[in-house]
Amino acid sequence: MTLLRIRNLSVDFATASGAFRAVDGVDQDVDTGEILAIVGESGSGKSVSMLAVMGLLPWTATITADEVTFDGHDLLNIDSRARRRIVGNDLAMIFQEPMSSLNPCFTVGWQIKEALRFHLGLNRRDRHARAVELFEQVGIPDPEKRLSAFPHQLSGGMNQRVMIAMAIACKPKLLIADEPTTALDVTIQAQILDLLASLREETGMGLVLITHDMGVVAETAERVSVQYAGQKVEEQPVGDLFDVPHHPYTAALLDALPERATERMLPTIPGVVPGQFDRPQGCLFSPRCKFADDRCRSTPPPALGAELGHARCFYPLNTDERIAS
Amino acid sequence: MLNYVLSRLLTFIPTFIGVTLISFSFIRALPGDPIVVMAGERGLTDERYAELSAQFGFDRPIYVQFWEYLTGVLQGDLGTSFVTKRPVWDEFFALFPATLELSVCAMIFAVVLGLPAGVIAAVNRGKLFDRALMSTALVGYSMPIFWWALLLIIVFSGNLGWTPVSGRISLMYYFPDATGFMLIDSLASGQKGAFASAVQHLLLPTIVLGTIPLAVIARQTRSAMLEVLGEDYIRTARAKGMSPGRINGVHALRNAMIPVITVIGLSVGTLLAGAILTETIFSWPGIGKWMVDSIFRRDYPVVQGGLLLIAVMVMVVNLTVDMLYGVINPKIRKR
Repeated sequence: MTLLRIRNLSVDFATASGAFRAVDGVDQDVDTGEILAIVGESGSGKSVSMLAVMGLLPWTATITADEVTFDGHDLLNIDSRARRRIVGNDLAMIFQEPMSSLNPCFTVGWQIKEALRFHLGLNRRDRHARAVELFEQVGIPDPEKRLSAFPHQLSGGMNQRVMIAMAIACKPKLLIADEPTTALDVTIQAQILDLLASLREETGMGLVLITHDMGVVAETAERVSVQYAGQKVEEQPVGDLFDVPHHPYTAALLDALPERATERMLPTIPGVVPGQFDRPQGCLFSPRCKFADDRCRSTPPPALGAELGHARCFYPLNTDERIAS
Repeated sequence: MLNYVLSRLLTFIPTFIGVTLISFSFIRALPGDPIVVMAGERGLTDERYAELSAQFGFDRPIYVQFWEYLTGVLQGDLGTSFVTKRPVWDEFFALFPATLELSVCAMIFAVVLGLPAGVIAAVNRGKLFDRALMSTALVGYSMPIFWWALLLIIVFSGNLGWTPVSGRISLMYYFPDATGFMLIDSLASGQKGAFASAVQHLLLPTIVLGTIPLAVIARQTRSAMLEVLGEDYIRTARAKGMSPGRINGVHALRNAMIPVITVIGLSVGTLLAGAILTETIFSWPGIGKWMVDSIFRRDYPVVQGGLLLIAVMVMVVNLTVDMLYGVINPKIRKR
């Protein structure tokens, strides 16, 4: 069942030097209980599209879309009061920097109980019991004592566990994790990912994992959406994406993984993601693509069918293997 | 925490000696002679002058005079007024409640209006309210106190006749000043209309004295809020589905209070300095007016003692502010 359905979502930011399109015509579906990974370089619009769903973008952003529905609610034409009943309740999000994402002036217990009070209306004793239960669930030792700690008294990993406990406090149907492990040590990263995956198992919630780490994707995700410069360029089940990438950008990203390297020198993708002023006319990846020709540079390619991973490319890769298999 | 307070109290000592030195030399640097001022227009003979000079100790070297003053102060003796012959200490605390009452009211006025105004301006950044408020605050901050006071007197006391021009209470009421705070005493007296009269008298001085702190607090609250509203934890609060009122008033304001508390603390100094002008204009019988009168009379012990007590109060307020930081934001809590 489709939990979150996004059609043709675009987000424009008003800047001093004109409008900047951060998300460009993205389609996305998330089913109940599935783990979708959205990958892409910094600035590819992966966070912004999810912040738009949450209604967390600053007022300088303009959101346009054909459809954004979550669990039967139209999030596009919803008033802010009704949105607040969904956000933090059925639809939750955790962020990249756990240290700065928690309010330094309040105890972590206060911050987790706040959501329980507003969304579930629990009384003081039930809130406390639920908070302890949540802390145990996310693997925080000695929860009774930790509830009265301030964020600066906990480590980054512990704070991220607090963030996760806060996000799952109201048993959300969908959890959006925006680079949840980027700011953490590698050992802690694995713990947090395991935690998210096991929570998904326990609660049956959908999970959107925003990341730029292909290793995280391979370990955790079921389906992968690759974004580039605000566009979704490819989407496939995780195994297929790693085996038969269709978009040259996906292929280049995979080639750049050290564990898949075949040569001594690690291949890189030359150039950078286009910015506000050097946005190409045709395919957005064409300036960095080794297969690009004049057609790529002049005409934007449409998205292909599901059998080719919805790739936005005139010359998709690995088409023979797909046909052969 | 106790160690921190003690170490801060230790730093009071050099400040304290500095203030005594400055106040001691400041009043003596002014032209004019207290004995001549006391004698008035009739003048006095050279013998009588020498006699009085010896009595006040002016005939001895200046450093001896300072040393005697300093040792006296450290023993809690601020000296005796030349004019009234009463101990400075007694005079100060007889008048201080009037100043305290006015300052506290002015501070409440400034905080109660300035804090919400700053928050609303920050939340509506760039909109009409924000621009209007910030320009008004700039005007309020730049306005000379005496001019503003006279303007208010002309309009509200003169043209409209709503408020009295001077004093603390109407002459119709008399009651013993048990606490020295007119609002409390007038209520306690039970006389009909006494409290209302006290409030009326307090109104204009409060506004005049509170205007600059109000402008400063509103501007500081706005900028602190703007900074805090861009923080990650505000996004987290929004992601939890909290209402804008709760986010601005609880999550953001608590963090924004640190710089605001700082300017409130600094404003106390400004307030006491401003009280001198305000009290003079409104004939408010507080330490401000007492200090100004004493400066004109070259009443050395009063000026020295008054300045010293004001300085100590400002130091205590600043220490309190420093300790409040830790209460508001546990991250800054001193161990």
